Amino acid sequence: MSQKIDQDHRRFREIVRGKIKQNLRKYITQGEMLGKRGKELVSIPLPQIDIPHFRYGPKQSGGVGQGNGSPGDALGQGEPKPGAGQAGDRPGDHLLEVEVSMEELAQILGEELKLPNIEPKGKERIIAKKDRYVGVRRTGPESLRHFRRTFKQALKRQISMGVYNPKDPLIVPIRDDKRYRSWKSEPLPQSNAVIVYMMDVSGSMGDEQKEIVRIESFWIDTWLRSQYQGIESRYIIHDAMAKEVDRETFFKTRESGGTMISSAYKLCAKLIETEYPPSEWNIYPFHFSDGDNWSVDDTVTCIDLLKNQILPKVNQFAYGQVESPYGSGQFIKDLDEHFDEDDNLITSEIKGKEAIMDSIRDFLGKGK
Amino acid sequence: MTLPAYLRDVQIEVEGYARDFGLDFFPTSFEILSYKQMNEVAAYGGFPTRYPHWRFGMDYEGLAKGYEYGLQKIYEMVINNNPSYAYLLEGNSLVDQKTVMAHVYGHVDFFKNNYFFSKTNRRMIDGMANHATRVRKHIERQGIDKVETFIDVCLSLENLIDPMSPFIVRKAPPPKEEDPKDPPAEVPKLRAKQYMDKFINPPDFVEKQRKKQVQDKEKVKKFPEERQRDILLFLIEHAPLERWERDVLEIVRAEAYYFAPQGMTKILNEGWAAYWHSRIMTEKALKPGEIIDYADANAGILATSPGQLNPYKLGVELLRHIEDRWNKGRFGKEWNECEDMAAKKGWDRRLGLGKQKIFEVRKLYNDVTFIDEFFTLEFCAEQKFYAFGFNERSGNWEIESREFKKVKDKLLFRLTNHGQPFIYIVDGNYENRGELLMHHRHEGVDLKLDHGRDTLANVNRVWKRPVNLLTKIDGKGKLLRFDGRDHSEKGMEYVEK
Repeated sequence: MSQKIDQDHRRFREIVRGKIKQNLRKYITQGEMLGKRGKELVSIPLPQIDIPHFRYGPKQSGGVGQGNGSPGDALGQGEPKPGAGQAGDRPGDHLLEVEVSMEELAQILGEELKLPNIEPKGKERIIAKKDRYVGVRRTGPESLRHFRRTFKQALKRQISMGVYNPKDPLIVPIRDDKRYRSWKSEPLPQSNAVIVYMMDVSGSMGDEQKEIVRIESFWIDTWLRSQYQGIESRYIIHDAMAKEVDRETFFKTRESGGTMISSAYKLCAKLIETEYPPSEWNIYPFHFSDGDNWSVDDTVTCIDLLKNQILPKVNQFAYGQVESPYGSGQFIKDLDEHFDEDDNLITSEIKGKEAIMDSIRDFLGKGK
Repeated sequence: MTLPAYLRDVQIEVEGYARDFGLDFFPTSFEILSYKQMNEVAAYGGFPTRYPHWRFGMDYEGLAKGYEYGLQKIYEMVINNNPSYAYLLEGNSLVDQKTVMAHVYGHVDFFKNNYFFSKTNRRMIDGMANHATRVRKHIERQGIDKVETFIDVCLSLENLIDPMSPFIVRKAPPPKEEDPKDPPAEVPKLRAKQYMDKFINPPDFVEKQRKKQVQDKEKVKKFPEERQRDILLFLIEHAPLERWERDVLEIVRAEAYYFAPQGMTKILNEGWAAYWHSRIMTEKALKPGEIIDYADANAGILATSPGQLNPYKLGVELLRHIEDRWNKGRFGKEWNECEDMAAKKGWDRRLGLGKQKIFEVRKLYNDVTFIDEFFTLEFCAEQKFYAFGFNERSGNWEIESREFKKVKDKLLFRLTNHGQPFIYIVDGNYENRGELLMHHRHEGVDLKLDHGRDTLANVNRVWKRPVNLLTKIDGKGKLLRFDGRDHSEKGMEYVEK
């Protein structure tokens, strides 16, 4: 049913997408609705346009709450929202916190960004056998005896033989009554995937840039996990040298050295070579950097590595360039120059937190 | 859709209970809506029709997403109108619908009887529809982009009204003309000995000085004569607007005034409705089998979460507290001066004035006066209130204090003027150049500057001449200025006005 509000809603969407009224674009905030996944709060993107008013600066004001705790205690997760809000014209909506599963989250993400489902690599699909219980048979190990079926069978037999007495319902199964679960081995196409995250941790990558990488990789993880059953993540950090680290270290490390991107690509190629044969794995390397590479020579080495060693083996190689005040941002231009759209290499510039969603769409929008 | 028969019966039943309790309401008509319709009506602020504007679409998207992902749901909506309209969500359980009806009768009683609603338009359903028609007409003639952009500007200024102004009877200012019998003010002269005077101050010089004096006097004649809080009205009356622009600004202002009392009485109004749904349900309407579902829903409505004030909870608890005090006679001189804690604890004069008192509160009070008068030390401690703020060092929102005075001050600050800064127009002919000078009454908290500058630019879009705002930033007086192209800022002495 069409509604009156549709027109207003369409207009709002157009503003958010930047099609009309560019002057409002700077007021768009990526608001959020909070849900919960385990202990972690996750947010569902909810763009808002905040019309400017004369109002108080937020952090000085604070407010009043109700409940336990003593002075100095933090109020916990979920920022409080000081400022009475536009009370009055919005009666009676009560905010509930609900659990959102990772699957639902991925679904929401997929809907929101209109992401296509990934087609696993066709011919290299590997076949694994999986046992499934599908039926019942008359022989089998006792441990698989189907208790209910067995007694049902015994009951049937006793009734038909006329020995069943409803007043004294004693049922004794004999050998013929026994039923056992049986299984079948089914060939199951199995798709494994590995995500190799690479990040530039040289001096020019600041906390803000890393925050962006962290958020983006969380969503990429969420999406790819919804698409593949078994998924592994590997983490590589690099400045002038590359090393593999665990997830924790990946997001925390900060080095001050220079940048040689080829070091990371070399390590990535080696990782794929030794541990993830492309015939068995769907491989997704992601590389984040501010686009500042040590030398032109190194960039040439990078392109060579990509062309000959990495790209032929992976589903898609993604390069995300985070804007930083120090980097020259040259690397993305070099990549775009050497690879065209048909290649399975995707580049995306991430200007700030607001651009994360767009960039995820760039990376995952091809369904590779 | 009108109510199905079984809900109609429930409505008649609940309405009867409400009337028996002494509630006095407009005729109320309930409609049942699907969640989509509900979200639409809610996005329109409770009305079936509003003028076209994207922000309704934005609110709709928020509500729709919240519902679809199971994060929130609107139980009830009611509008201040005579007859009053209220909406029920299709598919809610019967006990929920019953609770909502009981709640709604509380609201409608409040709309009808609370003093601060007494000047609102009780035919606002028609009013909103008329506004929509007018705006659509302007859109047809001017084009959507032009009109919508101007609405954006107006909405940016919509809080610059004076919610109390409908209650202030202003006398026409007394004519300020000077009494002709008064001796003319002395004309300034250069100092000279008497015998030199006619040489140092020759007649034509004196005449020149007199003329200048008269001119100066005209210059200082103030406009507006008193500082004005209803900035929208000032702009409607004095800004060089086209007719359609003036009309749009009038519409935005009328709607802002219509909604203002709801902002001023959020706690009291919600508390009052929660108080009555709880009494009607628990004392009359609930069947034994419904009690668990009711308790569950009610607990959701009254739940508190860190850092957020639940107006339902605060309102209903404070009303109950008042009722209890007036029933037991815990007020007046004797009570206030009693220092014997044991005596206070067992104090019960059996006056039974509670019901009368809370009806009086619902008639005469708004949130500020309600809290100011009845939020006591005992209540604050009993209900575990705290004040919180942002700790720059830890980067957290933290509990700052449980001290009664601090909590109450902060609460009142948040409620005063709906938690928004006071801005006045001080001079409509600033520097004698037709510029606008506004004044922010600084009360310890600075303005949000980026928003402030953009809003200033929007004032300029209406006023057309440069606009200025005097405020305080980090303790120093600052004059923010926007001349139509650039923002500037300079130090200036901050004077209380």
